[in-house]
Amino acid sequence: MTLEILAVDDSRTMRNMIRMALNTGDFEVHTADDGVHGLEVLEGLSPDAIITDINMPRMDGFGFIDAVREQDKHKSTPILVLTTESAPELKAKARNAGATGWIVKPFDPTKLIKALHMVAG
Amino acid sequence: MSEDMDPMAEIRASFFIECEELLEALQDGLQSLEENNEDDGETINIVFRAVHSIKGGAGAFGLEPLVRFAHRYETALDEVRAGRMEVTDDGLKLFFQAADHLSDLVRICRDDSELPEERSKELLKQLDALIGVDAEDEVDEEIDFQPMGLSLDLGGGGEGFTLPDLDLPPLPDLAAEDETAPSNPRKIIIFKPHRELFETANEPYHLLRNLAELGECATEILADDLPSLAEMQADRPYIGWRIELETEADEPEIASVFEFVEGLCTLEITSSTVNDVDKAPNVSSSPVEDGSAPAPAAPPVAQEITAPIDKPQEAPAPKNSEAKKTEPQKAPKVAKPPAKLASSAGSASAKQQNSAKAVVRVDLDRIERLVNLVGELVINQAMLSQSLEQAGLSPHSDAMNGLEEFQRLTRDIQDSVMMIRAQPVKSLFQRMSRIVREASAAVKKDVRLITEGENTEVDKTVIERLADPLTHMIRNAVDHGLETTEDREAAGKPGQGVVRLSASHKSGRVVIEVSDDGGGINRERVFEIAVSKGLIPEDVNLSETEIDNLLFLPGFSTAKEVSDLSGRGVGMDVVRTSIQSLGGRITIQSDPGSGTTFSISLPLTLAVLDGMVVGVAEETLVVPLNLVIETLTLDDLAVDLIRPGVMSIRVRGSFVPVYDLGVILGYRSPLQDTSGAVVLLIAHEDGQRSALMIDQIKDQRQVVIKGLDENFYRAPGIAAATILGDGQIALILDPTDIISQASQTISMCDRHSVGANS
Amino acid sequence: MTETEHENNELLTFKLGNQDYALDIMSVREIRGWTKTTPMPHAPEFMRGVINLRGTVLPVMDLASRLGLPSQQTTERNVIIVVKCREALIGLLVDAVSDIISLADEDMQPPPDASGEAGANTIRSLSLIDDNMIRILQLENVVAKPESAAA
Repeated sequence: MTLEILAVDDSRTMRNMIRMALNTGDFEVHTADDGVHGLEVLEGLSPDAIITDINMPRMDGFGFIDAVREQDKHKSTPILVLTTESAPELKAKARNAGATGWIVKPFDPTKLIKALHMVAG
Repeated sequence: MSEDMDPMAEIRASFFIECEELLEALQDGLQSLEENNEDDGETINIVFRAVHSIKGGAGAFGLEPLVRFAHRYETALDEVRAGRMEVTDDGLKLFFQAADHLSDLVRICRDDSELPEERSKELLKQLDALIGVDAEDEVDEEIDFQPMGLSLDLGGGGEGFTLPDLDLPPLPDLAAEDETAPSNPRKIIIFKPHRELFETANEPYHLLRNLAELGECATEILADDLPSLAEMQADRPYIGWRIELETEADEPEIASVFEFVEGLCTLEITSSTVNDVDKAPNVSSSPVEDGSAPAPAAPPVAQEITAPIDKPQEAPAPKNSEAKKTEPQKAPKVAKPPAKLASSAGSASAKQQNSAKAVVRVDLDRIERLVNLVGELVINQAMLSQSLEQAGLSPHSDAMNGLEEFQRLTRDIQDSVMMIRAQPVKSLFQRMSRIVREASAAVKKDVRLITEGENTEVDKTVIERLADPLTHMIRNAVDHGLETTEDREAAGKPGQGVVRLSASHKSGRVVIEVSDDGGGINRERVFEIAVSKGLIPEDVNLSETEIDNLLFLPGFSTAKEVSDLSGRGVGMDVVRTSIQSLGGRITIQSDPGSGTTFSISLPLTLAVLDGMVVGVAEETLVVPLNLVIETLTLDDLAVDLIRPGVMSIRVRGSFVPVYDLGVILGYRSPLQDTSGAVVLLIAHEDGQRSALMIDQIKDQRQVVIKGLDENFYRAPGIAAATILGDGQIALILDPTDIISQASQTISMCDRHSVGANS
Repeated sequence: MTETEHENNELLTFKLGNQDYALDIMSVREIRGWTKTTPMPHAPEFMRGVINLRGTVLPVMDLASRLGLPSQQTTERNVIIVVKCREALIGLLVDAVSDIISLADEDMQPPPDASGEAGANTIRSLSLIDDNMIRILQLENVVAKPESAAA
């Protein structure tokens, strides 16, 4: 089964990395450049999981998760947060915002895939 | 990008391109912090994000030195961002230096060159000191952020790739497992989700399935807490699981499956003995083999009543067609502090960051080709229009009307093509701010750079070729232009010197000025030096402008000893040569006590020019039309011979010097009879006027500029060349330059009969 | 002169006056007839000016004059050899192109004396063909702008 993924990151490099890491044939990847753009892209999608960065212009990851969770349709869509810090507060914050899990950057493709399978099957 | 490029290399390359953009945003941000010290929150966010993104990407590529530096830089910036620290001038200076160093590191990592470890250490020490952190304390954190190089072995290119599953720590080694299978230890896992687990969209089913991947497992549902139906609350989880896992994996490894739900569930992991297994009740346990096994997650009842699990486990995810579009999306909620990320659409810097404009990267060669083709189109159009006119067609004929339209279109295409090559001078100016910082630090002067008009667009080639001369001029301004702080204060000026760099469009040209508020050119000294170097005779009498222009003579350098900064064997003569090779001119304006301004005037584009085609002594030349204010016939004018060889005409009451182009260019000796000659009245940027004598005006048309490099023995005053309709090459003149050369020649000859320096 | 097996140097030979010269064929881009040049003001005498080579501006050097030979009257029969040297194209005005020859390294010897003259360093090596001396040019030094080192 192919998993549909929405990846939101303001860094082109990160988006490319995610795309490439998930280029196994098992994933269909959509990308967005920031929170606001992420919500726009999400409008036409029902992704199996969402990956989002935290530090982004216009709308950061927390704002984005809030907005996603506000939509009934995406109440239970798994959301993974990409962070560079593995600080516990950050994880707690991500979780409070409604994130399902987190991936510490720089991520290892296998870890990313594993995390996705952990939350989305 | 080509298909067969290694995708990793491609991403790496794009990372470095992105870095350049981020570095620019960083510079911008720091600059606007410097300019308006008010904290609008978003600016520091942009600065922070830029460094953060560089760190993130660098980590992905295992660029450890970059990660290390960016991380500590980011830490310092975060202090400001979180409002724990005020940015002082010194702090900002350090941030600038760190930004410079970061951009060095990016380039070093890109080019694999040698690392300036010392500089990194020194700056890190200062950054740490700034935020009051002892460097030793940071060590732990550093280790925490282990950069890991990604090595995706992507064989074959297009057809996707298989991930190397060799270095997968959490997964058990299957072969090893086989050998030891019978004696695998067992773990008992008690897992009871709390409500929050579902609120974060975690899914027990996936967790159990992941657990199953660690080994043989038997699951049993713990429904002890299940209340009666009447008491059940829809959003409350009631059931739990007891899992017996036969696995090699140790506890932390098992716990890692539950990493995301830690604290959101009751979790107990214990090692069990064989006995335990035997005792285990068999009730409703079902083995979980793999993901396709029927979900043991919840019995049907539970599934119906626990609202959060609203997705049927094996049902395909709803596809786009089902997505409801009737309800408009709620306005997205904006993030919370500490990062004040309000959309702040008005802020220019934010806008620049935000606009995710679609951008295509194009090989410059292709644009070059397009520019050339459009150039040819312009020539062809001109030729066609010439032949139609010669054919005697009425200006109102369809053909002529059509041609007019053609001409308009050609112009539009040309403008659009030029726009492709045009770039704001901003990136160039940013590089200069770094030069100022470095130069001022080297000579221990306090200098502030003010830039103006950084959005002025100039042909990309011009920008690239301006970098060197501008660098030199900026260094000069800091090194020689500005006085020492003590001298400044003694002269009643502020201790901090100002170097101003500006760009603007002025009558079809780009004017770039470098000015300082220093002491002005010490003309006495300049004169002395020129004499001592044998550049001019001792007893020559020069005007102020002429003395200033001595700076441009080859072999002139005012620095007493060759300083580290500007004394790199290049002088202002090289600067002038490079400006001229761009079809530009450079002039000096200096006021004793209050400073010096170098003005560079450049053509907007290096591609086309509106020109007047003129004939001089058998040769055909092109004069830029925008400089010709009037054309006059010599016969109609009062010509005065000031001295033999030096003529002037009277134009509306004032004397205007006349230069014979044929003589200046060495095509002929001075004419005895000037009857029939034509003069072009030329306007100079300084408001002066002079006249160029030619034989005839042949045409007025657009010409394509063809550059002449050093191989061509390009003479002063010759800006470029072009190809005329008949295939012959005509030289394009720079009248201002040619006249200043000529007047120098004349004045020098006049006074001392020495040849001018050319 | 006997030809050896390793003919590793392909050369284009041409005439300047009654002297024979040669150039490494690899640097030759094309050979074209004489067209009128547009003179560059104040350029050294050996620079004849520039011509239009299919849309690009090509500087043309009077090779005889550059090498210190008496400059001949330029006629329709003159030829311009377009060479590429240090990434730049330049035309060399010669009297006539003669032949393409192959020479082994051992058939070429360094010029006995290359100092002091105006054309110093411009001859890389000498060879004999049918008792005629062929002067093989050191193109970089021919094209180099004499003053450029100082600038």
